[in-house]
Amino acid sequence: MRQEVVLAMLAKEPSHGYQLRARLRDALGPLGEAMNAGQIYVTLTRLEKAGLLAADRPADGADRSDRKVYALTPEGQRRVAEWIAEVSWPRPDLAEFHLKLIAAASAGLADPITIVDTQRRELLRRLRDAQRAAMAEPDRSDAALLLEGIVLRLQADLRWLEACEQNWTHPRSGS
Amino acid sequence: MSDTAGTPLLRARGLRKEYGKGEGRVRAVDEVDLDVGAGETVAIMGPSGCGKSTLLHLLGGLDRPSRGEVSLNGRRIDDIGEKALARLRRTAVGFVFQSFHLMEELTAVENVELSALLAGRSPRAARRRAEELLEQVGLAGRARFLPSALSGGQRQRVAVARALSNEPLVVLADEPTGNLDSAATLDVLRLFEGLHEAGQTLVIVTHDVRIAATADRMISMRDGVLVDETRLTGGTTGRLGALAGLGD
Repeated sequence: MRQEVVLAMLAKEPSHGYQLRARLRDALGPLGEAMNAGQIYVTLTRLEKAGLLAADRPADGADRSDRKVYALTPEGQRRVAEWIAEVSWPRPDLAEFHLKLIAAASAGLADPITIVDTQRRELLRRLRDAQRAAMAEPDRSDAALLLEGIVLRLQADLRWLEACEQNWTHPRSGS
Repeated sequence: MSDTAGTPLLRARGLRKEYGKGEGRVRAVDEVDLDVGAGETVAIMGPSGCGKSTLLHLLGGLDRPSRGEVSLNGRRIDDIGEKALARLRRTAVGFVFQSFHLMEELTAVENVELSALLAGRSPRAARRRAEELLEQVGLAGRARFLPSALSGGQRQRVAVARALSNEPLVVLADEPTGNLDSAATLDVLRLFEGLHEAGQTLVIVTHDVRIAATADRMISMRDGVLVDETRLTGGTTGRLGALAGLGD
């Protein structure tokens, strides 16, 4: 998982590592169960060293990562804002895009619908290009078959964006 | 959502359509402003029930708005009489529907020439025009076939030929690929692309992203309102390889 995802999940409020893990588990459901807790703490430590996160030590002075409260530094906030605005290329990484919408909505960083619209715009442009290329091919050419594969994948991505749009237009209870 | 210099060919302002009364009143189209320039292809996308078909009907004079204005070529069409409206629908607007709406007892060429005959052309001129159009949509060899003997894609191409028969100012299409498989969809896309290159103005409402992607502009509609607009011209050509695993 990209470091930016971990950062963005902390944008709502400063949190303990275990709270962050709970948030990821809620967002990812069964897919989150495979997540390694150690991996997340390693990422948190890295982000702290890079100056993107600040950690509050607990009162007893222990330096254990599972006791710290992590918060974004101004630099961390800038990085999250960039990641939110970034359009995934060549195709959205599903989990990353999903978490982007959740992080943006829960921390009030951006309207998830705007993120969906931006992504859709890019995919539609690519679909247009792929289709033009397909239309220019003679019937039954080998290249046309490959182009059809690209068109079908883009269609699948666009359908999923439609589902995202519907979910965030009329949010399900609990989200 | 206005985007054209000078007077747009098709123009809607404050367009509204309501159904029902009192508590149960539904606003299917809610304060829509839209400009479509001559020669432009505009796709309107949205989920089922978002009001896009209703909007298309208002734009083509198939239905009258509860409020607001529609102008075609600078002339108001929302407040004209029934007769004038019927004439307008026959001559200035071409319609293409999801379920083709062909007359099952007429051959392809008879379906195409019918609207020219209704518009007052001579039988000879109407037939000549119909044959030209069927050739243009790649169906010259199927002119004497009944719709039942044609595939879905071929039927839709007949319907497009019919829509063009009176050289309409604008063609309005409602889910034109809704009943078609992948290969037939590509045929219809090619046909629309050809019309676009020939300067035909097209408004397509659809939830098929493939047809929306052929437009100059894609407009999203939700709950009766136009909410987002994407200009699709100026693409990413040359970067398609990344989508097929060939690197960027």
